[in-house]
Amino acid sequence: MNYTLDFTPVIDGLPSLLSACLGTFFLAICGMLLATVIGIGGVVLRQSPIKALRWLVIGFVEIIRNTPFLVQIFFIYFALPLAGIRLDPTPTAIIALGINGGAYAIEIIRGGVQSISKGQMEAGLALGLHKAQVFRLIILKPALRAIYPSLTSQFVLLTLSTSIASAISAYELTSVSQRIESDSFRSFEVYFTVTVFYLVISWVMMRIFAFFSARYFSYPVK
Amino acid sequence: MTQAAIQADASDAMITMTGVGKWYGAFQALHNVDITVAQGEKIVLCGPSGSGKSTLIRCINHLEAYQEGEIRVGGMLLGHQSKTIDAVRREVGMVFQQFNLFPHLTVLQNCMLAPVKALGLGKADAEERARQLLERVKISEQAEKYPAQLSGGQQQRVAIARALCMRPKVMLFDEPTSALDPEMVKEVLDTMIALAEEGMTMICVTHEMGFARQVADRVIFMASGAIVEEAPPAEFFSNPQHERTRKFLGEILGRH
Repeated sequence: MNYTLDFTPVIDGLPSLLSACLGTFFLAICGMLLATVIGIGGVVLRQSPIKALRWLVIGFVEIIRNTPFLVQIFFIYFALPLAGIRLDPTPTAIIALGINGGAYAIEIIRGGVQSISKGQMEAGLALGLHKAQVFRLIILKPALRAIYPSLTSQFVLLTLSTSIASAISAYELTSVSQRIESDSFRSFEVYFTVTVFYLVISWVMMRIFAFFSARYFSYPVK
Repeated sequence: MTQAAIQADASDAMITMTGVGKWYGAFQALHNVDITVAQGEKIVLCGPSGSGKSTLIRCINHLEAYQEGEIRVGGMLLGHQSKTIDAVRREVGMVFQQFNLFPHLTVLQNCMLAPVKALGLGKADAEERARQLLERVKISEQAEKYPAQLSGGQQQRVAIARALCMRPKVMLFDEPTSALDPEMVKEVLDTMIALAEEGMTMICVTHEMGFARQVADRVIFMASGAIVEEAPPAEFFSNPQHERTRKFLGEILGRH
Protein backbone atom coordinates (compact mmCIF):
# COMPACT_ATOMS: atom_id res chain seq x y z
CA MET A 1 0.00 0.00 0.00
CA ASN A 2 1.34 3.33 -0.95
CA TYR A 3 -0.02 5.79 1.54
CA THR A 4 1.89 8.85 2.62
CA LEU A 5 0.87 10.28 5.96
CA ASP A 6 -0.05 13.91 5.70
CA PHE A 7 -1.09 15.66 8.90
CA THR A 8 -1.29 19.10 7.27
CA PRO A 9 -5.12 19.26 7.27
CA VAL A 10 -5.12 18.15 10.91
CA ILE A 11 -2.56 20.77 11.87
CA ASP A 12 -4.47 23.42 9.96
CA GLY A 13 -7.65 22.33 11.70
CA LEU A 14 -6.07 22.15 15.14
CA PRO A 15 -7.66 25.34 16.51
CA SER A 16 -11.14 24.14 15.58
CA LEU A 17 -10.39 20.62 16.87
CA LEU A 18 -9.20 21.98 20.21
CA SER A 19 -12.18 24.23 20.60
CA ALA A 20 -14.38 21.25 19.68
CA CYS A 21 -12.77 19.42 22.61
CA LEU A 22 -14.13 22.17 24.84
CA GLY A 23 -17.54 21.57 23.25
CA THR A 24 -17.22 17.90 24.17
CA PHE A 25 -16.29 18.82 27.75
CA PHE A 26 -19.23 21.18 27.92
CA LEU A 27 -21.69 18.53 26.73
CA ALA A 28 -20.20 15.94 29.06
CA ILE A 29 -20.20 18.09 32.17
CA CYS A 30 -23.69 19.48 31.61
CA GLY A 31 -24.90 15.95 30.84
CA MET A 32 -23.33 14.60 34.01
CA LEU A 33 -24.83 17.31 36.19
CA LEU A 34 -28.26 16.58 34.75
CA ALA A 35 -27.66 12.83 35.08
CA THR A 36 -26.69 13.27 38.74
CA VAL A 37 -29.83 15.28 39.47
CA ILE A 38 -31.98 12.71 37.66
CA GLY A 39 -30.11 9.88 39.36
CA ILE A 40 -30.58 11.18 42.91
CA GLY A 41 -34.11 12.43 42.25
CA GLY A 42 -35.00 9.10 40.67
CA VAL A 43 -33.72 7.18 43.69
CA VAL A 44 -35.82 9.38 45.98
CA LEU A 45 -38.95 8.84 43.87
CA ARG A 46 -38.15 5.15 43.57
CA GLN A 47 -38.53 4.91 47.38
CA SER A 48 -41.70 6.98 47.46
CA PRO A 49 -44.68 5.55 49.30
CA ILE A 50 -46.74 6.42 46.22
CA LYS A 51 -46.83 3.39 43.97
CA ALA A 52 -47.44 5.38 40.76
CA LEU A 53 -44.21 7.35 41.28
CA ARG A 54 -42.21 4.20 41.88
CA TRP A 55 -43.56 2.68 38.70
CA LEU A 56 -42.86 5.87 36.78
CA VAL A 57 -39.17 5.61 37.73
CA ILE A 58 -39.02 1.89 36.98
CA GLY A 59 -40.65 2.48 33.58
CA PHE A 60 -38.28 5.35 32.80
CA VAL A 61 -35.21 3.30 33.68
CA GLU A 62 -36.39 0.30 31.64
CA ILE A 63 -37.24 2.35 28.56
CA ILE A 64 -33.99 4.30 28.55
CA ARG A 65 -31.74 1.35 29.31
CA ASN A 66 -33.31 -0.84 26.64
CA THR A 67 -33.27 1.55 23.70
CA PRO A 68 -30.31 2.88 21.70
CA PHE A 69 -28.87 6.22 22.70
CA LEU A 70 -28.83 7.34 19.07
CA VAL A 71 -32.56 6.74 18.79
CA GLN A 72 -33.12 8.69 22.02
CA ILE A 73 -31.24 11.67 20.59
CA PHE A 74 -33.20 11.48 17.33
CA PHE A 75 -36.43 11.21 19.26
CA ILE A 76 -35.74 14.40 21.20
CA TYR A 77 -34.40 16.22 18.14
CA PHE A 78 -36.91 15.18 15.48
CA ALA A 79 -39.99 13.93 17.30
CA LEU A 80 -40.41 16.57 19.99
CA PRO A 81 -40.79 19.48 17.52
CA LEU A 82 -44.04 17.78 16.48
CA ALA A 83 -45.19 18.43 20.04
CA GLY A 84 -44.09 22.03 19.70
CA ILE A 85 -40.78 21.55 21.55
CA ARG A 86 -37.95 22.73 19.33
CA LEU A 87 -34.41 22.59 20.66
CA ASP A 88 -30.99 23.35 19.18
CA PRO A 89 -28.56 20.46 18.77
CA THR A 90 -26.45 21.29 21.82
CA PRO A 91 -29.30 21.54 24.35
CA THR A 92 -30.81 18.44 22.77
CA ALA A 93 -27.56 16.56 23.25
CA ILE A 94 -27.27 17.69 26.87
CA ILE A 95 -30.82 16.61 27.66
CA ALA A 96 -30.33 13.26 25.92
CA LEU A 97 -27.04 12.65 27.73
CA GLY A 98 -28.59 13.65 31.04
CA ILE A 99 -31.62 11.42 30.58
CA ASN A 100 -29.59 8.46 29.39
CA GLY A 101 -26.89 8.84 32.03
CA GLY A 102 -29.56 9.54 34.65
CA ALA A 103 -31.33 6.24 34.01
CA TYR A 104 -28.09 4.34 34.62
CA ALA A 105 -27.21 6.57 37.56
CA ILE A 106 -30.55 5.75 39.23
CA GLU A 107 -29.72 2.06 39.26
CA ILE A 108 -26.14 2.64 40.39
CA ILE A 109 -27.02 5.09 43.18
CA ARG A 110 -29.90 2.87 44.31
CA GLY A 111 -27.38 0.08 44.80
CA GLY A 112 -25.31 2.43 46.94
CA VAL A 113 -28.28 3.43 49.07
CA GLN A 114 -29.19 -0.21 49.59
CA SER A 115 -25.65 -0.95 50.74
CA ILE A 116 -26.00 1.44 53.69
CA SER A 117 -27.01 -0.43 56.84
CA LYS A 118 -30.54 0.03 58.13
CA GLY A 119 -29.03 1.15 61.43
CA GLN A 120 -27.96 4.46 59.86
CA MET A 121 -31.53 5.30 58.92
CA GLU A 122 -32.76 4.21 62.36
CA ALA A 123 -30.13 6.25 64.18
CA GLY A 124 -31.15 9.34 62.22
CA LEU A 125 -34.85 8.80 62.81
CA ALA A 126 -34.27 8.11 66.51
CA LEU A 127 -32.55 11.51 66.73
CA GLY A 128 -35.74 13.16 65.53
CA LEU A 129 -34.68 13.84 61.94
CA HIS A 130 -37.22 13.44 59.14
CA LYS A 131 -36.82 10.73 56.57
CA ALA A 132 -35.81 13.25 53.89
CA GLN A 133 -33.19 14.78 56.20
CA VAL A 134 -31.82 11.35 57.03
CA PHE A 135 -31.49 10.60 53.32
CA ARG A 136 -29.84 13.89 52.49
CA LEU A 137 -27.58 14.27 55.53
CA ILE A 138 -26.78 10.71 56.52
CA ILE A 139 -27.40 8.20 53.74
CA LEU A 140 -26.44 10.03 50.56
CA LYS A 141 -22.75 10.67 51.04
CA PRO A 142 -21.74 7.18 52.20
CA ALA A 143 -23.99 5.74 49.46
CA LEU A 144 -22.27 7.81 46.77
CA ARG A 145 -18.90 6.86 48.16
CA ALA A 146 -19.80 3.19 47.95
CA ILE A 147 -20.68 3.36 44.25
CA TYR A 148 -18.25 6.08 43.23
CA PRO A 149 -16.07 3.81 41.05
CA SER A 150 -19.13 2.55 39.12
CA LEU A 151 -20.47 6.06 38.74
CA THR A 152 -17.07 7.22 37.49
CA SER A 153 -16.95 4.62 34.74
CA GLN A 154 -20.56 5.35 33.82
CA PHE A 155 -19.73 9.03 33.49
CA VAL A 156 -16.61 8.35 31.43
CA LEU A 157 -18.90 6.36 29.15
CA LEU A 158 -21.26 9.34 29.09
CA THR A 159 -18.32 11.55 28.10
CA LEU A 160 -17.51 9.28 25.17
CA SER A 161 -21.19 9.08 24.20
CA THR A 162 -21.05 12.78 23.39
CA SER A 163 -19.59 11.66 20.05
CA ILE A 164 -23.01 10.22 19.15
CA ALA A 165 -24.36 13.76 19.31
CA SER A 166 -22.44 14.34 16.06
CA ALA A 167 -25.45 12.69 14.41
CA ILE A 168 -27.43 15.87 15.03
CA SER A 169 -24.35 18.08 14.49
CA ALA A 170 -24.02 19.20 18.08
CA TYR A 171 -20.85 21.14 18.55
CA GLU A 172 -18.31 18.59 19.76
CA LEU A 173 -15.14 16.81 18.70
CA THR A 174 -16.50 14.07 16.44
CA SER A 175 -18.67 16.33 14.28
CA VAL A 176 -15.89 18.87 13.80
CA SER A 177 -13.43 16.13 12.88
CA GLN A 178 -15.94 14.67 10.41
CA ARG A 179 -16.02 18.03 8.69
CA ILE A 180 -12.21 18.15 8.43
CA GLU A 181 -12.13 14.58 7.22
CA SER A 182 -14.71 15.14 4.48
CA ASP A 183 -12.86 18.24 3.30
CA SER A 184 -9.44 16.60 3.21
CA PHE A 185 -10.12 12.85 2.84
CA ARG A 186 -7.33 12.33 5.39
CA SER A 187 -9.39 9.79 7.38
CA PHE A 188 -6.52 8.02 9.15
CA GLU A 189 -4.76 11.19 10.25
CA VAL A 190 -7.98 12.82 11.44
CA TYR A 191 -9.34 9.86 13.39
CA PHE A 192 -5.93 8.98 14.81
CA THR A 193 -5.69 12.49 16.21
CA VAL A 194 -9.27 12.40 17.46
CA THR A 195 -8.63 9.07 19.19
CA VAL A 196 -5.71 10.60 21.05
CA PHE A 197 -7.85 13.59 21.98
CA TYR A 198 -10.59 11.34 23.37
CA LEU A 199 -8.02 9.45 25.43
CA VAL A 200 -6.82 12.72 26.89
CA ILE A 201 -10.40 13.85 27.56
CA SER A 202 -11.18 10.58 29.39
CA TRP A 203 -8.01 10.90 31.40
CA VAL A 204 -8.84 14.48 32.40
CA MET A 205 -12.34 13.35 33.42
CA MET A 206 -10.92 10.62 35.60
CA ARG A 207 -8.58 13.14 37.24
CA ILE A 208 -11.56 15.38 37.96
CA PHE A 209 -13.40 12.45 39.54
CA ALA A 210 -10.35 11.51 41.57
CA PHE A 211 -10.15 15.10 42.78
CA PHE A 212 -13.76 15.05 43.98
CA SER A 213 -13.21 11.69 45.60
CA ALA A 214 -10.24 12.97 47.56
CA ARG A 215 -12.13 16.14 48.44
CA TYR A 216 -15.43 14.64 49.60
CA PHE A 217 -15.01 10.92 50.22
CA SER A 218 -11.70 10.74 52.02
CA TYR A 219 -13.10 10.10 55.52
CA PRO A 220 -11.67 6.89 56.97
CA VAL A 221 -13.73 3.71 57.06
CA LYS A 222 -12.84 0.35 58.52
CA MET B 1 -59.71 4.38 87.49
CA THR B 2 -60.92 7.74 88.71
CA GLN B 3 -60.20 10.93 86.83
CA ALA B 4 -57.77 12.08 89.53
CA ALA B 5 -55.90 8.81 89.36
CA ILE B 6 -55.54 9.10 85.58
CA GLN B 7 -54.10 12.57 85.90
CA ALA B 8 -51.71 11.57 88.65
CA ASP B 9 -50.67 8.65 86.55
CA ALA B 10 -50.04 10.86 83.54
CA SER B 11 -47.89 13.33 85.42
CA ASP B 12 -45.68 10.85 87.29
CA ALA B 13 -45.17 8.36 84.54
CA MET B 14 -42.58 9.04 81.87
CA ILE B 15 -43.66 6.07 79.80
CA THR B 16 -46.83 4.08 79.93
CA MET B 17 -47.48 1.13 77.70
CA THR B 18 -50.96 -0.29 77.93
CA GLY B 19 -51.96 -3.52 76.28
CA VAL B 20 -49.38 -3.10 73.52
CA GLY B 21 -49.46 -5.73 70.79
CA LYS B 22 -47.25 -6.01 67.74
CA TRP B 23 -47.29 -8.33 64.78
CA TYR B 24 -44.86 -9.07 61.97
CA GLY B 25 -47.37 -10.40 59.48
CA ALA B 26 -48.95 -13.37 61.21
CA PHE B 27 -46.23 -13.60 63.87
CA GLN B 28 -47.10 -11.86 67.09
CA ALA B 29 -43.95 -10.25 68.50
CA LEU B 30 -45.50 -8.54 71.53
CA HIS B 31 -48.44 -9.75 73.58
CA ASN B 32 -50.46 -7.35 75.67
CA VAL B 33 -47.48 -5.51 77.19
CA ASP B 34 -48.16 -3.24 80.17
CA ILE B 35 -45.28 -1.20 81.53
CA THR B 36 -45.20 2.03 83.48
CA VAL B 37 -41.89 3.79 83.93
CA ALA B 38 -41.75 6.66 86.38
CA GLN B 39 -39.54 9.68 85.88
CA GLY B 40 -35.99 8.87 86.93
CA GLU B 41 -36.64 5.16 87.06
CA LYS B 42 -34.12 2.70 85.64
CA ILE B 43 -35.43 -0.45 84.07
CA VAL B 44 -33.42 -3.41 82.86
CA LEU B 45 -35.15 -5.58 80.29
CA CYS B 46 -33.83 -9.07 79.82
CA GLY B 47 -34.85 -12.35 78.33
CA PRO B 48 -33.76 -14.95 75.80
CA SER B 49 -33.06 -13.87 72.25
CA GLY B 50 -36.23 -13.43 70.25
CA SER B 51 -38.24 -12.65 73.37
CA GLY B 52 -39.26 -9.24 72.03
CA LYS B 53 -37.23 -6.98 74.32
CA SER B 54 -35.60 -5.04 71.49
CA THR B 55 -38.92 -4.84 69.66
CA LEU B 56 -40.49 -3.44 72.80
CA ILE B 57 -38.08 -0.56 73.28
CA ARG B 58 -38.09 0.14 69.55
CA CYS B 59 -41.84 0.67 69.83
CA ILE B 60 -41.27 3.44 72.36
CA ASN B 61 -39.68 5.70 69.73
CA HIS B 62 -41.72 4.20 66.92
CA LEU B 63 -38.85 2.60 65.05
CA GLU B 64 -41.36 -0.25 65.09
CA ALA B 65 -45.05 0.43 64.70
CA TYR B 66 -47.38 -1.25 67.16
CA GLN B 67 -50.86 -2.37 66.21
CA GLU B 68 -52.66 -2.69 69.52
CA GLY B 69 -52.87 -0.80 72.79
CA GLU B 70 -51.39 2.57 73.63
CA ILE B 71 -47.99 4.10 74.34
CA ARG B 72 -47.55 7.42 76.07
CA VAL B 73 -44.22 9.18 76.43
CA GLY B 74 -43.98 12.20 78.70
CA GLY B 75 -47.76 12.53 78.52
CA MET B 76 -47.83 12.49 74.69
CA LEU B 77 -49.79 9.76 73.03
CA LEU B 78 -47.50 8.07 70.52
CA GLY B 79 -49.83 7.73 67.57
CA HIS B 80 -48.86 6.85 64.07
CA GLN B 81 -48.85 10.39 62.63
CA SER B 82 -45.41 11.68 61.79
CA LYS B 83 -45.92 14.83 63.88
CA THR B 84 -46.33 13.03 67.20
CA ILE B 85 -43.69 10.50 66.27
CA ASP B 86 -41.14 13.29 65.69
CA ALA B 87 -42.15 15.00 68.92
CA VAL B 88 -41.65 11.78 70.88
CA ARG B 89 -38.36 10.99 69.17
CA ARG B 90 -36.94 14.34 70.20
CA GLU B 91 -37.63 13.41 73.84
CA VAL B 92 -36.30 9.88 73.65
CA GLY B 93 -32.63 9.08 73.07
CA MET B 94 -31.55 5.71 71.78
CA VAL B 95 -28.27 3.83 71.84
CA PHE B 96 -27.88 0.87 69.52
CA GLN B 97 -25.96 -2.36 69.70
CA GLN B 98 -23.99 -1.45 66.57
CA PHE B 99 -23.36 2.19 67.66
CA ASN B 100 -24.59 3.49 64.28
CA LEU B 101 -22.37 6.54 64.27
CA PHE B 102 -22.38 8.39 60.95
CA PRO B 103 -19.08 7.43 59.28
CA HIS B 104 -18.74 10.56 57.13
CA LEU B 105 -19.00 12.97 60.07
CA THR B 106 -16.49 13.64 62.80
CA VAL B 107 -17.36 12.82 66.41
CA LEU B 108 -18.26 16.47 66.98
CA GLN B 109 -20.38 16.66 63.81
CA ASN B 110 -22.15 13.44 64.80
CA CYS B 111 -23.19 15.13 68.02
CA MET B 112 -24.17 18.44 66.40
CA LEU B 113 -26.24 17.17 63.47
CA ALA B 114 -29.58 16.50 65.12
CA PRO B 115 -29.60 19.47 67.52
CA VAL B 116 -29.00 21.78 64.54
CA LYS B 117 -31.29 20.04 62.03
CA ALA B 118 -34.05 18.71 64.26
CA LEU B 119 -34.11 21.27 67.09
CA GLY B 120 -32.99 24.28 65.09
CA LEU B 121 -30.17 25.07 67.51
CA GLY B 122 -27.49 27.49 66.31
CA LYS B 123 -24.16 25.96 65.31
CA ALA B 124 -22.22 27.60 68.14
CA ASP B 125 -24.73 26.47 70.77
CA ALA B 126 -24.82 22.97 69.33
CA GLU B 127 -21.03 22.79 69.38
CA GLU B 128 -20.84 23.97 72.96
CA ARG B 129 -23.43 21.42 73.99
CA ALA B 130 -21.66 18.66 72.05
CA ARG B 131 -18.27 19.44 73.59
CA GLN B 132 -19.81 19.49 77.05
CA LEU B 133 -21.37 16.08 76.60
CA LEU B 134 -18.28 14.60 74.98
CA GLU B 135 -16.47 15.78 78.09
CA ARG B 136 -19.05 14.04 80.22
CA VAL B 137 -18.50 10.70 78.46
CA LYS B 138 -14.73 11.39 78.75
CA ILE B 139 -13.96 11.46 75.07
CA SER B 140 -13.58 15.17 74.33
CA GLU B 141 -10.04 14.71 73.01
CA GLN B 142 -11.43 12.63 70.11
CA ALA B 143 -13.88 15.30 68.92
CA GLU B 144 -12.22 15.87 65.55
CA LYS B 145 -11.77 12.20 64.70
CA TYR B 146 -13.98 10.06 62.51
CA PRO B 147 -15.86 7.06 63.95
CA ALA B 148 -13.68 4.53 62.15
CA GLN B 149 -10.66 5.88 64.03
CA LEU B 150 -12.17 5.01 67.42
CA SER B 151 -12.44 1.75 69.35
CA GLY B 152 -15.83 0.15 69.84
CA GLY B 153 -16.08 1.36 73.40
CA GLN B 154 -15.21 4.90 72.39
CA GLN B 155 -17.75 4.78 69.56
CA GLN B 156 -20.47 3.68 71.92
CA ARG B 157 -19.65 6.48 74.35
CA VAL B 158 -19.88 8.95 71.46
CA ALA B 159 -23.24 7.42 70.56
CA ILE B 160 -24.41 8.06 74.13
CA ALA B 161 -23.18 11.67 73.96
CA ARG B 162 -24.87 12.12 70.58
CA ALA B 163 -28.20 10.98 72.01
CA LEU B 164 -27.76 13.20 75.08
CA CYS B 165 -27.18 16.25 72.87
CA MET B 166 -30.92 16.23 72.19
CA ARG B 167 -31.48 16.65 75.98
CA PRO B 168 -33.82 13.67 76.04
CA LYS B 169 -36.09 12.85 78.96
CA VAL B 170 -35.65 9.14 78.45
CA MET B 171 -32.75 7.03 77.22
CA LEU B 172 -33.25 3.65 75.59
CA PHE B 173 -30.31 1.26 75.38
CA ASP B 174 -30.61 -1.67 72.99
CA GLU B 175 -27.91 -4.16 74.04
CA PRO B 176 -25.30 -1.41 74.18
CA THR B 177 -22.41 -3.67 75.15
CA SER B 178 -23.19 -6.80 73.12
CA ALA B 179 -21.05 -5.84 70.14
CA LEU B 180 -18.06 -4.80 72.24
CA ASP B 181 -14.86 -6.62 73.01
CA PRO B 182 -14.91 -7.66 76.67
CA GLU B 183 -12.27 -5.15 77.74
CA MET B 184 -14.43 -2.27 76.50
CA VAL B 185 -17.66 -3.24 78.20
CA LYS B 186 -16.71 -1.54 81.47
CA GLU B 187 -16.10 1.93 80.04
CA VAL B 188 -19.56 1.92 78.47
CA LEU B 189 -21.27 0.55 81.58
CA ASP B 190 -19.49 3.16 83.71
CA THR B 191 -20.85 5.86 81.43
CA MET B 192 -24.35 4.43 81.77
CA ILE B 193 -24.01 4.16 85.55
CA ALA B 194 -22.95 7.82 85.74
CA LEU B 195 -25.95 8.77 83.65
CA ALA B 196 -28.25 6.76 85.91
CA GLU B 197 -26.81 8.48 88.97
CA GLU B 198 -27.67 11.85 87.46
CA GLY B 199 -31.30 10.78 87.45
CA MET B 200 -31.92 9.94 83.81
CA THR B 201 -34.93 7.76 83.09
CA MET B 202 -33.50 4.68 81.40
CA ILE B 203 -34.68 1.46 79.84
CA CYS B 204 -31.83 -0.89 79.08
CA VAL B 205 -31.99 -4.13 77.18
CA THR B 206 -28.92 -5.90 78.47
CA HIS B 207 -27.59 -9.15 79.80
CA GLU B 208 -25.12 -7.36 82.06
CA MET B 209 -26.57 -8.61 85.32
CA GLY B 210 -23.95 -6.78 87.39
CA PHE B 211 -25.23 -3.55 85.89
CA ALA B 212 -28.81 -4.60 86.61
CA ARG B 213 -27.99 -5.28 90.28
CA GLN B 214 -26.18 -2.00 90.69
CA VAL B 215 -28.42 0.38 88.78
CA ALA B 216 -31.87 -1.01 88.06
CA ASP B 217 -34.93 -0.10 90.08
CA ARG B 218 -36.73 -2.96 88.42
CA VAL B 219 -35.75 -5.89 86.24
CA ILE B 220 -38.32 -7.02 83.72
CA PHE B 221 -38.02 -10.49 82.28
CA MET B 222 -39.64 -11.24 78.93
CA ALA B 223 -40.18 -14.42 77.01
CA SER B 224 -42.04 -15.07 73.75
CA GLY B 225 -43.12 -11.45 73.42
CA ALA B 226 -44.72 -11.16 76.85
CA ILE B 227 -43.65 -9.94 80.26
CA VAL B 228 -43.13 -12.94 82.50
CA GLU B 229 -42.17 -11.16 85.68
CA GLU B 230 -40.78 -7.97 87.05
CA ALA B 231 -39.18 -7.25 90.38
CA PRO B 232 -36.49 -5.12 92.05
CA PRO B 233 -33.10 -6.67 91.27
CA ALA B 234 -32.45 -8.12 94.73
CA GLU B 235 -35.72 -9.98 94.62
CA PHE B 236 -35.43 -10.83 90.94
CA PHE B 237 -32.08 -12.55 91.32
CA SER B 238 -32.62 -14.17 94.72
CA ASN B 239 -36.19 -15.28 94.35
CA PRO B 240 -37.38 -15.57 90.74
CA GLN B 241 -41.01 -16.62 90.66
CA HIS B 242 -41.31 -18.34 87.29
CA GLU B 243 -39.70 -21.43 85.93
CA ARG B 244 -38.65 -19.66 82.72
CA THR B 245 -36.94 -16.91 84.70
CA ARG B 246 -35.07 -19.44 86.80
CA LYS B 247 -33.97 -21.30 83.70
CA PHE B 248 -32.82 -18.08 82.03
CA LEU B 249 -30.92 -16.91 85.11
CA GLY B 250 -29.35 -20.32 85.46
CA GLU B 251 -28.07 -20.12 81.90
CA ILE B 252 -26.89 -16.56 81.98
CA LEU B 253 -25.31 -16.57 85.45
CA GLY B 254 -24.05 -20.13 85.16
CA ARG B 255 -21.74 -19.01 82.40
CA HIS B 256 -19.62 -16.93 84.73
